[in-house]
Amino acid sequence: MNPFNYDTEQLLNVAHQVRRDIVRMVHAVNSGHPGGSLGCTEFLVSLYFKQMTHTPQPFNMDGVGEDLFFLSNGHISPVFYSVLARSGYFEVSELATFRKLNSRLQGHPTTHEGLPGIRVASGSLGQGPSVAIGAAQVKKLNGDDRLVYVLTGDGELEEGQVWEAAMYAAHHKVDNVIWTVDYNGQQIDGPVDAVMSLGNLRDKFESFGWKVLHTDNGNDFDQLLPVLEEAKTLTGQGQPICILMNTQMGFGVDFMMGSHKWHGVAPNDAQLQEALLQLKETLNDY
Amino acid sequence: MKDFPYTESKDTRSGFGAGLLELGRTNPNVVALCADLVGSLKMGDFIKENPERFFQVGIAEANMIGLAAGMTIGGKIPFTGTFANFSTGRVYDQIRQSVAYSGKNVKICASHAGLTLGEDGATHQILEDIGMMKMLPHMTVINPCDFNQTKAATIAIADHHGPVYLRFGRPVVPNFTPADQKFEIGKALMLNEGKDVTILATGHLVWKAILAGKMLAEQGIDAEIINIHTIKPLDAEAILASVRKTGCVVTAEEHNYLGGLGESVARVLAQELPTPQEFVAVQDTFGESGTPEQLMEKYGLNEGSIVEAVKRVMARKK
Repeated sequence: MNPFNYDTEQLLNVAHQVRRDIVRMVHAVNSGHPGGSLGCTEFLVSLYFKQMTHTPQPFNMDGVGEDLFFLSNGHISPVFYSVLARSGYFEVSELATFRKLNSRLQGHPTTHEGLPGIRVASGSLGQGPSVAIGAAQVKKLNGDDRLVYVLTGDGELEEGQVWEAAMYAAHHKVDNVIWTVDYNGQQIDGPVDAVMSLGNLRDKFESFGWKVLHTDNGNDFDQLLPVLEEAKTLTGQGQPICILMNTQMGFGVDFMMGSHKWHGVAPNDAQLQEALLQLKETLNDY
Repeated sequence: MKDFPYTESKDTRSGFGAGLLELGRTNPNVVALCADLVGSLKMGDFIKENPERFFQVGIAEANMIGLAAGMTIGGKIPFTGTFANFSTGRVYDQIRQSVAYSGKNVKICASHAGLTLGEDGATHQILEDIGMMKMLPHMTVINPCDFNQTKAATIAIADHHGPVYLRFGRPVVPNFTPADQKFEIGKALMLNEGKDVTILATGHLVWKAILAGKMLAEQGIDAEIINIHTIKPLDAEAILASVRKTGCVVTAEEHNYLGGLGESVARVLAQELPTPQEFVAVQDTFGESGTPEQLMEKYGLNEGSIVEAVKRVMARKK
């Protein structure tokens, strides 16, 4: 059972505040990755405030009896930190320390400083699916019927390790893992298709033995939630589950939307004000 | 010079296999992963008794390290098995981020380390692995010397919480350490007390150091021989105590002289007790094909090389 189990209106409220947190965090240190963070806001808010069975306090690394989430594309740490704080893993005020010296909120997520909610370091891409699949197999060994979620970028699929993991999970029938791909079509150097074409991702995952779901709009709760529900119902049937989730990088801030240029650039003072005008303060700012 | 009797020679990798088998019987949290080298790593007996706790990964070492990191979440103690080359250099970033930086309780068990892998040649003979692993914060690095010690080390690392690199090899070597030994991580083992020179050896070079000690004794040189099975954390206290007595030191290892045991010892001595030191190690080259004995001779890793190094270093003593 999710500790919040919010309805769509409540989820929207959280998403607005998370977006404010994201742009304020990256602006404050003039660094970080707002584009993918804004694009994956609905996804993370859905997991932590609706989908996952989890216990924010006290945080338990082993997470027995809990659904687990692994962020493989660690550069979108702002959305991860905001959602963790807003769901009670640590104080919201700690978001102000993001990327600063002596902070638990490192540029990329890490267990090293003991931030509750983080179960493995990520940042060097392509490693999260392997970790998630290992954790999922241990859930089976432990007789724990909860699920393991992992999010990767789409450009991240250029790393070879993800395909090692894809092959392994299908071979070993790891059917309690749900791997979502943030299919926003953008990476640092430009559109994914221009940098390194991924081909037909659905065909790729299916030929590796995965059950593949798709949503056209991962920034719309009404479209995203049914896919996440369907993914749950497909677990336990001998196949790992993949969700290809189309999102818009920078969603929610009009001048950041749909362009790779906001992958890893912070807004300046004027841009921050413009962004905040578009993002209602629904919960209190940190 | 003490005598070190033994009844048989065995490979250290079989010591790993025996230790893993025992862990399978005594510790329900131990799980094992292998990247298509089950026979080479001697994991077959563990797999036979614990099929549900073994995970065949195929030829995909990067995935194996990530899986192992994930398997610690939920309380398992994963032991990964492949050759030393594919356990380290090939997957350095995966070990760095998902294991060491993340503080995961993964045991990276690496066979066929060094030149003694033999005929396969330099693509498979890693001589840089100790350096890579010891540079990682939180990583423990262990290189036991014979079957019994490798078995004991394998069992001991399951009780140590944190990432460990356990290095062993392919050739048979005299199995002279006690079968019932308790392996203490980070505790150097005094093999022979002496007063003229300290020989610090690790892995397969420990037996070579014993052979060298006998040759030196015949020449009237009284060598102190210490088995450094744990390179990190290094037993600086034992090393300093010995060197204070002898005034010179030879380090011996089946590894590049860059990054190995010798450099770790040199750092301690430079800081605490500057002392003449000679290095029996590979001189910053790759290996090549050949029998283990031929390679150890050609690359200067045998008892004769240790004796020569002892003479050089004793001549440098003040």
